[in-house]
Amino acid sequence: VSYKDLRGMKDDEFVDILEERRCSSDLGHAFRTFNPQPYKGGPPCSAADLNKALLDSHFLHRVVKEVAMETGSSQEKVMEEAGEILVEMSHNLHLPFIRLMGYTFSKVIKRLFTSIFVNMDGLNTLQQAVQENPVILMPNHRSYVDFLIISYILFTYDIPVPVIAAGVPLAEMKIVGEILRRSGAFFIRRSIGSDKLYWAVLSEYVRGIVRHGFAPVEFYVEGLRSRTLKSLTPKLGMMQMVLEPYFKGEVFDITLVPISISYDRVLEESLLARELLGVPKPKESTAGLLKASRVLQEDYGSMQVNFGQPLSVRKLCEGKINRSYYNLVPRDLPMKPSAEALACVSWLAHVVVGLQERGSLISPWSLMACLLIQEPTTVLAEQGLLWDDLTEKTLWLRKMVLDFGARLNWPGEAPNSAVMSSAISLHRSIVYLKAGRVYLTQEEVPLRRHRISPEEGVFRTAVPVLMLAAYRNQSLHALVRPAMLAMSICITRSTQRDELFRFFCFLQEVFANEFIFIPGNLSQDFEEACLCLNSCGAVYISEQEVRVSEQSSEVITFLQKLLQPFIDSYQLIFRCVCEEEQVQVFTEKQFLAAVRALALKLILSGELHTYETLSSDTQKNVLSALCRLEAVAKSEINEFKVNKAAVRRITDALCKSRQGSITIFNYNYSVSSIIQVQLQLH
Amino acid sequence: MTICIPLGVPVPHFGNLGAKSFTNNLSGHFCTQHYESPCLSFNRHEVMKWNGWGYSDSRFLFNKKGQAEFTGKRYKLSGMILPALKDWFEGTFGASLQHKSPATPLLNTSAVQAPTLNQDFVEELKSIGVPFSHEAEDRAFRGHGHCLHEIFALREGKIGRVPDMVVWPNCHNDVEKIVALACKHNVCLIPYGGGTSVSSALECPPEETRSIVSLDTSQMNRILWIDEKNLTAHVEAGIIGQDLERLLNESGYCTGHEPDSMEFSSLGGWVSTRASGMKKNIYGNIEDLVVHIKMVTPQGVIEKSCQGPRMSTGPDIHHFILGSEGTLGVVTEVTMKIRPVPEYQKYGSVVFPNFEQGVACLREVAKQRCAPASIRLMDNEQFMFGHALKPQVSSIFTSFLDGLKKFYITKFKGFDPSRLCVATLLFEGNREKVLQHEKQVYDIAAKFGGLAAGEDNGQRGYMLTFVIAYLRDLGMDYYVIAESFETSVPWDRVLDVCRNVKARVVRECKDKGVQFSPLSSCRVTQTYDAGACVYFYFAFNYRGLSDPVHVYEQVEHAAREEILANGGSLSHHHGVGKLRKEWMRETVSEVGVGMLQSVKDYVDPKNIFGNRNLL
Repeated sequence: VSYKDLRGMKDDEFVDILEERRCSSDLGHAFRTFNPQPYKGGPPCSAADLNKALLDSHFLHRVVKEVAMETGSSQEKVMEEAGEILVEMSHNLHLPFIRLMGYTFSKVIKRLFTSIFVNMDGLNTLQQAVQENPVILMPNHRSYVDFLIISYILFTYDIPVPVIAAGVPLAEMKIVGEILRRSGAFFIRRSIGSDKLYWAVLSEYVRGIVRHGFAPVEFYVEGLRSRTLKSLTPKLGMMQMVLEPYFKGEVFDITLVPISISYDRVLEESLLARELLGVPKPKESTAGLLKASRVLQEDYGSMQVNFGQPLSVRKLCEGKINRSYYNLVPRDLPMKPSAEALACVSWLAHVVVGLQERGSLISPWSLMACLLIQEPTTVLAEQGLLWDDLTEKTLWLRKMVLDFGARLNWPGEAPNSAVMSSAISLHRSIVYLKAGRVYLTQEEVPLRRHRISPEEGVFRTAVPVLMLAAYRNQSLHALVRPAMLAMSICITRSTQRDELFRFFCFLQEVFANEFIFIPGNLSQDFEEACLCLNSCGAVYISEQEVRVSEQSSEVITFLQKLLQPFIDSYQLIFRCVCEEEQVQVFTEKQFLAAVRALALKLILSGELHTYETLSSDTQKNVLSALCRLEAVAKSEINEFKVNKAAVRRITDALCKSRQGSITIFNYNYSVSSIIQVQLQLH
Repeated sequence: MTICIPLGVPVPHFGNLGAKSFTNNLSGHFCTQHYESPCLSFNRHEVMKWNGWGYSDSRFLFNKKGQAEFTGKRYKLSGMILPALKDWFEGTFGASLQHKSPATPLLNTSAVQAPTLNQDFVEELKSIGVPFSHEAEDRAFRGHGHCLHEIFALREGKIGRVPDMVVWPNCHNDVEKIVALACKHNVCLIPYGGGTSVSSALECPPEETRSIVSLDTSQMNRILWIDEKNLTAHVEAGIIGQDLERLLNESGYCTGHEPDSMEFSSLGGWVSTRASGMKKNIYGNIEDLVVHIKMVTPQGVIEKSCQGPRMSTGPDIHHFILGSEGTLGVVTEVTMKIRPVPEYQKYGSVVFPNFEQGVACLREVAKQRCAPASIRLMDNEQFMFGHALKPQVSSIFTSFLDGLKKFYITKFKGFDPSRLCVATLLFEGNREKVLQHEKQVYDIAAKFGGLAAGEDNGQRGYMLTFVIAYLRDLGMDYYVIAESFETSVPWDRVLDVCRNVKARVVRECKDKGVQFSPLSSCRVTQTYDAGACVYFYFAFNYRGLSDPVHVYEQVEHAAREEILANGGSLSHHHGVGKLRKEWMRETVSEVGVGMLQSVKDYVDPKNIFGNRNLL
């Protein structure tokens, strides 16, 4: 199958960068003349210069003095500590290592992927942008493969390779850590907490790189790899450090480049599903990496890297921030950012995540996953789904998402049926096609085990279901707004714009951790949802009303069912924390275990239809949502206290007028009772 | 490429404002003479341009061969050919000698509104015998300063609201009489000194309905006495800078106050705008130089009772006057500090590999408090500009030397010609100390990679100041408009302000549809213990723009916003006028504005001094 003509991507010229790698020498590529256009803002600055400037900075000296005063140790000692932190943290970008990395990378990715599509116009604008202002590359993070792909592409196209923010565990990997460091990675501890010195070194280090501007900074604004392939709520710490030089006027402007990386198939798919089900993530280690080399044997389809339009922070912040806030204090005084600045940082981070979503390409498989996951799991596992039904519906969905303005990665040359069946065969770890029906793939039971418990059975089914859910999530960004409107229509049974908008806002508030929306953008989101549904003929819109059209039931039902797993999971968990009698306070661990046990039970009894409640991601999101909505209070020692009345109010609002859909709440399951059961078991 | 800003030094006898025709009565204490009819100096426009900068006989032009030359005989550069200017001009602005935008040659007096006269005021004025005029030329000449939009309009022959008449008081007493009459008849007075304002301060408020009278202080131009024991001079405030220095020099003294506009600006103007002079490091700024000020206000005369060098008598009333921009009254007489003319002067220059190093050096010089009389750092763009103003080289030897210098700096020392920048220096004092001082400064410069680049370059560098405004007129003949603006900023923000403001100008021009990238340049012109004064130039080719002045105003506005956002001040020495009024509140706080307003309300309740500057 040739992936050359990518429908929905007509405006951009996507080029398969592997094509050239397959017909010319990788060694030649690794030793190519690397000659990027220089940065106009100043001369290059070596890693050593950068470190020296940091250790000499007035800022650091101020903080060192403060820390020494607070801890009672000598300044020299604190300074030494700062030096050690820096050693652990700092990158050591060396061109020869980029070449080595490039060579290895060429070898590996050619094995893994059939093609890597990159939009050339994005690269061209980036090439211009890196000469003008400091550039921040902001890719989404869906796989470990993301980590060096940007450097690899930039190296190939003569653009300065970035320094990349990475987690300290990567640095601790033998050899690999050092290679990454020399390829431009710098390492940040996972939990910094209130370690003042660490914050100071880190923030000044990052600001230093941005101020010098000669190398782009790459970091994941989502903070982590998304285990659900859904965007995560952006983390603001790094974003703030990166933006501060602009707020303080130390640079004229900063350019943000959202980058959307999409995969046909994610390397870590089953690992991620297992992690969500509570199997701990293996610690990053070189040995583990080598063991994982069996993943290299498999086919992962293609990968798409879409470089977004560069964003000028200056333009975006116009009217949002008063930079003279910093005028009356010394430049290098450690200073809390203004509330205005924090709001601006958060807004920008959300804007970038939004653009990452809009820039990512939806694969045929993801559309199929949207449909497959709406089937009852037992049906999918036992009777299977008619292939023809699936293909027909997929094409229907394709038209719909195109109407919604999504970017699709649908190969245009091959017949549609071939595209879809190749997607199925690429994902045989999740579903397989047999005799005209599609079935859920389940791990084979090891022979020596005679019997598996029903719980284990659920677990075995849950793995492919959660994988399926993850691939569905790849399309969610295109569907979530109209889906929330559809849900609002179904729940409120209203046609009044105001009322729908109110409920739409409520849903957005409740699901703020599931779906990333730009703060303060609600009316536009609602407007977009209306236009989407209107574009596919599902609703008529007028000044006052949003009225469902007669022939629209299919669209509305599909969209409603798309969100149903989230609604069901949230309701279950709300009820779970509410029903509780004795235990007023619980830890996150207790909460997760209780919810899991309850969900397991209800799935077994056939009362809960979605396996997504089992996902620790969903569970944690509900907990954050409750905290955000002030229905649960988190104490200083990380214990949670429930305000039941508040939770009930949210539950009621969420299920208002949805009679008869879920009745599980008649059962008196509660966190406390389940915790007690568990304690007895152990 | 040589390291020089080759401009002419004004010829020694450069004073020629007509002031020569007056007897400067050094020993006289009182006005001794009244002039019944306007004579030469009453009509400055006979020696000065009515719609451009400076003397009528001095201007840049491109001759028939396409070479730039500077006409007249007043300056060292006068009569010289500047072979490199054309290429620089065309290359920098995308301008072409084919595309001319000439000015209206003569003032069309019919374009000047008929005067609104207050007959009672005029009658009484006649009776006290103060000369006045309501001729169109006299009025139009005093209705503007030298902001770009003012000159641009004049070149197009557009005259807005101008004063309805001009009066020429001859002494303090005349001013008292005029102000009393103005109060009596409710006439608006606008004091006029040298007319070099760049803050729209001289523009007549269009909403003013009363008769506006321009009070021209040019006849009050005497040094009334010199006190050699206390080293002070008592001078009438209308005196022009160059005349003051020349006359003091004749007695072996100087004030040392040399603002860039000193050829044309007046003592009264300096006081009322808080002027700053090039050599402030030795002599101080105007507020350090004045010992006593006499000002006529609607409430009467304000002055101190003695000439004590410092007083603790509540807030210094001089500071209500300094920077009042003509809103409170007319400064009539000033006692200023004077110094013996320095025994020895020496220019110098230093080339730095980049602007950052240059600023670091200036900061160090300021830290060690060893700044010479003047030290200025030009950025790379101005360095290039200076190079383009180099006159035709007469000898092969000179050009060979220039080539050698260029080779040494760019090849041997590895300076990047597109990054290097130059500092110009002026030392003053006794010979021995100057040489010692010079060594100290050059040693500091060397620590920042600076290379001494010769005396001539330094000397010529300072003359850029005197001809830059003439160059603007040349640009305007070819669709290029230009303006300068300034600020003061703490040391730790100097680089940020310079970088960001220059970049902002470039970006704004681009956003506003300016076809060719503008010239956006800066220099650090003064150093202080806690910061520096930065001067910006920007210029662009406005072909293709329907409203170039509006675009220019938007760019300048944006640049000022940028300055303020980066911790720069609203003005270091140009003042606020009406151009920068909108930022006063955020600059001095609500209470600050209230304080100033309450002073205005007390001193001038009827807003006789109604130029509406500042507040």
